[in-house]
Amino acid sequence: MTATLTRPATAHADLAEPPRPSLARLTAVELRKTTDTRSGRWLLILVALTAVAMMPVVLYTAPKGEQSLGEFFVAAQLGVGLLLPVLGILAVTTEWSQRTMLSTCLLVPDRHRVVAAKLLGGAVLGAGFALAGLAAAVLGRAAGGLLGRSGGGWTVEPSLVATVLLFAVASVLMGTAFGMLFMNTPLAVVLYFLLPTLWSTLGAMVGRLEGTAKWLDTHRTLDALTHPGVTSGEWARVAASLAVWLLLPLAAGTVRLARREVK
Amino acid sequence: MIEVERLSKRYRGAEAVRDVTFRCAPGTVTGFLGPNGAGKSTTMRMICGLTPPSDGAATVLGRPYRRIANPGRHVGVLLDAAAQHAGRSGREVLALTARTVGVEQRRVGEMLEAVGLPAKAARRRVGAYSLGMRQRLGLAQALIGDPKVLILDEPANGLDPEGIFWMRSLLRGFADRGGTVLLSSHLLREVEAVADRFVVIAGGRIAAQGAKEELLGDASGVLVRATDPAALHAALAGARLPSRPDGTGAYLVQGSAEAAGHAAARAGVVLTELRQANGNGLEELFLTLTHGATR
Repeated sequence: MTATLTRPATAHADLAEPPRPSLARLTAVELRKTTDTRSGRWLLILVALTAVAMMPVVLYTAPKGEQSLGEFFVAAQLGVGLLLPVLGILAVTTEWSQRTMLSTCLLVPDRHRVVAAKLLGGAVLGAGFALAGLAAAVLGRAAGGLLGRSGGGWTVEPSLVATVLLFAVASVLMGTAFGMLFMNTPLAVVLYFLLPTLWSTLGAMVGRLEGTAKWLDTHRTLDALTHPGVTSGEWARVAASLAVWLLLPLAAGTVRLARREVK
Repeated sequence: MIEVERLSKRYRGAEAVRDVTFRCAPGTVTGFLGPNGAGKSTTMRMICGLTPPSDGAATVLGRPYRRIANPGRHVGVLLDAAAQHAGRSGREVLALTARTVGVEQRRVGEMLEAVGLPAKAARRRVGAYSLGMRQRLGLAQALIGDPKVLILDEPANGLDPEGIFWMRSLLRGFADRGGTVLLSSHLLREVEAVADRFVVIAGGRIAAQGAKEELLGDASGVLVRATDPAALHAALAGARLPSRPDGTGAYLVQGSAEAAGHAAARAGVVLTELRQANGNGLEELFLTLTHGATR
């Protein structure tokens, strides 16, 4: 029965053929891995629900005139933004905790390509949730209209959509980088939320660090991306904080992941 | 074809593997034997590019594993059946692999059937699988890319006797059609029936290797045990009978039972055991070779 299924070729094989899996295919596989377990699906549903859960908050707390589509959109993103990094962290750390890194690295021996696929998959997820937030905002504004609670416009600046998209993608990627660097779910999650905030706390206590805190606390710097009209000074802070909390951990994490012995 | 050339691995001064060299030819099944902790898994991980060797090199089909463009299509690897996401279904594990290596999804069903995982079980989460079912799933994963080489670490672990028999015939068939198989085990019985060649490793070093007949031939002779092993050893040496300790306090003697008995009698050594050594075949050799190195 198995004879025809496991036929090994005896001729000399050309080891360059078939070609290595394309990055697009690896990214699709990474995305599928985030949805093919019960826990993974629930996490995605939870992230989407945080966007929806923010809608009544705007409906019942914001002044009627300020309840525009843009306001709902930003609120949705604040909810989603909290959990997006966790998606990025788990995409990497579960590979170690569930030990699936073994098959991953056996099928894709070039670990830099594994990293690239995880980052691309994370970017797609982040962008997807930003757009899901927009959908939740449309529902929120519509509900506000029906309930007579929202008097704001039905418009949202395209530039705001773009910066929120950047915020969402950067959030997931920072999580991915932390996951790669620390390779352990609780450690990466705690440090991700703790380290940038530490700068603010230190800044408040130590006067001389106040300037640094303004530049390095991602909770503060990235907040600018969720408001219309980002100034050049704010862009500089976004770039500086992302260099420290995204690029540095990403570089160090890539080196660690490429070197670690897979067991 | 697998070629391993002077592979060594050191961990902070401790040597896990030292100077391991062997070769697996197409059409053969090589049994990679050794007690737990002997360095089998470390060697296999080095062959597959998961662990960087401290020294030496390994190639699969003439090339380092990591330089094969799409390794899943040439080499089937099962290093640890437990290394699967507990929440993923068996079918999904295979579907992901099929997608990654670029074979048709049709292969998923074929492989499930080939390894004897019923469709109902394949829909269940791997976390609910027995070790035997995970081994079958791991084997399906290794075979899905239609490879020419199989590298399997302890694949018989957790399989019932019927499962072990099934796996033997599968691997034998794979090799008979020109494939190369390297499989490890710490239990000689599991691989004795299927392997053509053995590589025995103990304490990180190769203790013996060769064709099955060669190694079995080496174990012929008699086993002699005495109340005073040192006196027995001297008596055997005095009678010019080549002997070596079997690791349990007895000696394996190249010669007849009568010659060994005479030698002991002349020296006044009290024997407690005297019998043909090849009754246990390779097992005795296996114990002999590995005992000293793990002590």
